[in-house]
Amino acid sequence: MTAPGAYRRERLDRGIKVRSDDIFALAGWAELVYLAGPRVAAAVLLLVFPLLRNWTGDYWQTVFLVAVAMMLAAVSWAFLENVGLVSLGHSLFFGAGGYLTAIAVLDLRLPPLLAVVCGTVVAAAGCGVLLGPVLRLRGVYFSLVTFALPLLFARVIEATKILGGTEGLAGIPGLGSLEARQYLLVVGLLVATFGLQRLLDSDYGLVLHAIRDNDLSVRASGIPVGWWKFGAVVVGALPATLAGAVLATHYHVVGMSAFALDYSVLPLTAAVLGGPGTMAGAAVGAALLVPLSELLRAFGTLRVVAYCAVLVLALVSVPEGLFSLVRRRYHQFERWVPL
Amino acid sequence: MPELLTVLVYGLVQAAVLLLVALGFSVTFGLSGIPNFSHGGVYILSGFVCWFSLRKLGWPYPLAVAASVAVAAAVGLLVYAAVIRPVRRLVLAEVIATFAVGVAMLELFRWMGLVTYEFNLPPVVAGSVALGEVVVDAHRLVVVASAAGLGLALWWFGRATRTGLALRAMAQEEYTALSLGIREDRMAALSVVLGSALAAVAAVLVLPLGLISINLGYDAMLVALAVTVTGGTERTAGLVLAALLLGLATVVASVVIGPHWSEVVYLAAIVAVLAVRPSGILGRLKELEERV
Repeated sequence: MTAPGAYRRERLDRGIKVRSDDIFALAGWAELVYLAGPRVAAAVLLLVFPLLRNWTGDYWQTVFLVAVAMMLAAVSWAFLENVGLVSLGHSLFFGAGGYLTAIAVLDLRLPPLLAVVCGTVVAAAGCGVLLGPVLRLRGVYFSLVTFALPLLFARVIEATKILGGTEGLAGIPGLGSLEARQYLLVVGLLVATFGLQRLLDSDYGLVLHAIRDNDLSVRASGIPVGWWKFGAVVVGALPATLAGAVLATHYHVVGMSAFALDYSVLPLTAAVLGGPGTMAGAAVGAALLVPLSELLRAFGTLRVVAYCAVLVLALVSVPEGLFSLVRRRYHQFERWVPL
Repeated sequence: MPELLTVLVYGLVQAAVLLLVALGFSVTFGLSGIPNFSHGGVYILSGFVCWFSLRKLGWPYPLAVAASVAVAAAVGLLVYAAVIRPVRRLVLAEVIATFAVGVAMLELFRWMGLVTYEFNLPPVVAGSVALGEVVVDAHRLVVVASAAGLGLALWWFGRATRTGLALRAMAQEEYTALSLGIREDRMAALSVVLGSALAAVAAVLVLPLGLISINLGYDAMLVALAVTVTGGTERTAGLVLAALLLGLATVVASVVIGPHWSEVVYLAAIVAVLAVRPSGILGRLKELEERV
């Protein structure tokens, strides 16, 4: 029995959403703008910001660079989450990208751009091989191992003094100007965000989602789950290793701090805050968090505490994420209907 | 053969340390399936609570220990009610949320500057004992004895008390347990509280072996993970065996290869066990459902 005068909230798709879902998307400018608008606006914002250097000053341009790098890491996290691989140690990818780029440029004497490309790709493949033996683990167990790996790498580097030990590898030449680094990351981010989302919406992504939801049935269909997961890790690691590689050339040094907890917790927080499951949500989350954490820079490690607080609050109070919330408002309207 | 004897004795001590640190995490995980990653944070927190009540408030030692266990249990309850319950059954959200709580605690301590040499705890018993040709301080023997005692006590608790049986019933056959009137929520809360209290016991016993440092919290998570994965969560005996193996292996590794290599043993153990016997060395393959 319901009380008289009780109402419930009903959500309905907006008319323009319904029209633009099929061929009528091409019916007029309104539908085209409705569909492409948000994506183009975000892309334009990312592409234009580096041009405003005179107006924003160098400090905020550097923050922008770091923000885009973290957005890449968050996108990478979100992609792996779609395969059911929840990483608690994303700094592994980040640090691997940085260190391998440093080796490529310092020991192999590659030109910086080539070194970044090689470092990115080799690090992603290397992380795939490294995680290979534990890819058969599900859920918590995989997370546990990823949590341990960066801690262990930092410890081994500290103990054995390989890779420069606690000093790190210094003297990495910069990659062109600040703008060059920014645009490399922005293009990488756009490709990663839209490309990986596209990949997830394709048949390939169907298998990946199926692995997340019920890997035994995927296996029963004759699909080698292990190899698919391996492929997903390599592809999913690419954005994070690119971020690590470019930031290494930006700071001219890569050290044990590349395996620090910040780089594990931030992508995780960003993806959960923005909206797990979507690439764009993760990017939005990072875009919100990084400037916020810059404002907290004076507080040192309290920043990590702040991330964690945001993370818990987001998980408990907005489990669907901010991006999904906004997207729903964009596509649907709500009204109260009597029960 | 004094070297061999030394390795054996210190391996045993190390095994006791590992078992103590891991018990809290693996009890919670084994009983209710909650991967309580705030374990490391609670471990260090209880160390600081004990330190504070001893050195600042000047309380007697037993009272300080009781205070730290009580605070840890209260924090466990709080973490369960505020963080774990809203995301209960979403396994990965549980991992992320408790991980965030643990990291937040540890980094908060680091920010508060609790990293100096004054933060040490006194041993339970001072002095040292000669075992044949090996001299061990008495506190290390207390650690071994309490690890053995706690292991036995947990084994007894799980088999002989109503609460222990109810907890094990939830872990083994959830729906049957529910139909027998065992309250799921209360049992899960109890398992987290128990795990946190055990973390405090471990802190009081293990932290006097050195200074209280923030990184020990992360180490505690790693150790808890290694012992739990190696031993499996089904049987206390598996945990004891895993702690013995890992303890000896880390001591041997640090003697033979170098002092910093002991951590590598943990990860090697995790990877090897997960690859070969996914449910732990004494597991009965029930946990295969966790892996492909």
